[in-house]
Amino acid sequence: MTFSQRALYILRTFIKYISLVLITFISILPTVSTVITAFKTEEEYTSTNVMTPPNSWVYFKNFVTAWKDANMGLAFLNTFIILVFVLIGSIMFGAMLAYILSRFKFRGNEFIRNLFLFATLIPGIATQVTVYQIMHSMKLINTLQGYIILMMGTDVISIYIFIQFFENISVSLDESAIIDGCTYYGVFFKILFPLLKPAIITCMILKGVSTYNEYYMSNLYLQNKSIFVTVSTSLYTFTGPYGNQYNYICAGVIITILPALIIFILCQKQIYSGLTQGAVKG
Amino acid sequence: MSNLNTTASKGGILSRLIKWLRSGKGQRCIIMITFMTVPLLLLIGFTYLPFFKMFEFSFFNMKYIGERKFIGLDNYRDVLADKEVMNSLMLAVYYLIGSFIQLALALYFATMLSFKTKGGSFFKGTIFFPYLISGIAMGFIFKFFYTRGFVFDTVLTRLGFELENLPYWLRDKGINNVSLVATSVWKYMGQNMVLFIGAIMSVDKELYESASLDGANRWHQFRYIILPSISTIIVLNMILSITGSLSAFEPPYVITGGTRGTATFFLLMHNMAHRHQKVGKASAMALILFSLIIIVTIAQKLIFKYVFSDSNEDVSKKTARMLRKQRAKEAMR
Repeated sequence: MTFSQRALYILRTFIKYISLVLITFISILPTVSTVITAFKTEEEYTSTNVMTPPNSWVYFKNFVTAWKDANMGLAFLNTFIILVFVLIGSIMFGAMLAYILSRFKFRGNEFIRNLFLFATLIPGIATQVTVYQIMHSMKLINTLQGYIILMMGTDVISIYIFIQFFENISVSLDESAIIDGCTYYGVFFKILFPLLKPAIITCMILKGVSTYNEYYMSNLYLQNKSIFVTVSTSLYTFTGPYGNQYNYICAGVIITILPALIIFILCQKQIYSGLTQGAVKG
Repeated sequence: MSNLNTTASKGGILSRLIKWLRSGKGQRCIIMITFMTVPLLLLIGFTYLPFFKMFEFSFFNMKYIGERKFIGLDNYRDVLADKEVMNSLMLAVYYLIGSFIQLALALYFATMLSFKTKGGSFFKGTIFFPYLISGIAMGFIFKFFYTRGFVFDTVLTRLGFELENLPYWLRDKGINNVSLVATSVWKYMGQNMVLFIGAIMSVDKELYESASLDGANRWHQFRYIILPSISTIIVLNMILSITGSLSAFEPPYVITGGTRGTATFFLLMHNMAHRHQKVGKASAMALILFSLIIIVTIAQKLIFKYVFSDSNEDVSKKTARMLRKQRAKEAMR
């Protein structure tokens, strides 16, 4: 390596790490500042600058108040129930539909595929005007089951992930099972479904994240917030009476982010690969 | 006699039905029906039925409850003549520029992190994490962040700016939309980056090795190996960001509520439907948006058909083949 090459190499490495540190700073600054504020007493909050660290990092009163006032215990319970049903439902229905579409040749197969594909172009929030009417006429507003059905709805991305996955599983597996006297149900539930595990994990992560963070529809369809509060709508409590008391608001925000952070740290790899797979066709 | 005959033939039909159900064809039919009914019902009930109803509503002057009146194309005319709507379409340009900046940043950091980097997974994780923060939490975080004298102002004053010279980030009409677009870049840049890293990783490793043996520097590697092999996904993301910026909704909805000239098309439509209860006009807006999306999608299909017609073939493989041929030629000499 000549001198100029070495100088260039050092300069490049320097720029690389400077830009990485800078973008990391920008990425975490907003969240870190809420963490700082969440640990401050009311007096500290009004008297010190927002970026001054709190006196004590074990002052949890804000979290306790936020948890109680926003009814977060119930919110986490509701969100958990919703997650369980939505995940089971959307994965089962997605895998079942993908099985039919990838394994059975029939007239209308292509049509159904296109029907699902075309649905992705219809802007979801825009149709809520009329979906609201339909939900109203089915008496599904302000019920958990209504919201769950709606969220299970059309999850095109998971259907595509499953179809892709099925196409990589040899058809001879099905055929030999059928010859051995297995029914189609047996083929699906006993043979293929267990093989789908990686695809199921991918879909669980994608759907799980979007369900946990979903707040537009839960705000619209679960209006009775004293019973049907979810994690994301529980934060709405802070818009009214708390106004500018950010020490409580920040504590609430941190509580809702924490589960996402833990899941992220535990399954980083699956989340990345899930996103990459989901984007290929979606 | 005739009675007996019919029952006999009925029994015949029944037994034939049972026989058919037990046959392979019948089994196929049953499983197709049982496995497809629910997903199709959900699709039709919550996507297509609302969509067609919306089409119908767009011709009426109506609220959620009460009488409705057919008014033909008046809703569409009203929407297109609305100054606020035109303003909101101008806002889409802000979001479009924002998403192009976002893609450029994502590509820059993705390329960087695809090569060996100290603490690479830490950087990747922190850049990506904002994507997992829910919209409503993000709303609070940025209301706090941009408040006068709070986080952003503190950082800027430490850097030497005077507080008096700084604008009100969410109030001043010249800057508030830029502030909102920045939050959207903040949230989605990491996700784009992860997608790009995935695409770059799928490029054949051998290519880099042989290229660096041939004396290619980093820029050459980026320009001639990485860029061509992920150009499809870049162009796709660029086109998607057009529809994305037309339907930008979250930042103004959770942070400013669309006040002070920050209302995007989607937000106006939401307010029209749920605050003013003008269902007909909101439906017309939705359909205008939908037709814009369709136009962009058709353009995308055409671009991919004629410009990237060989996109089915893995570009990296093609480049690999080319390189191999070249090397063979050199060896012959």
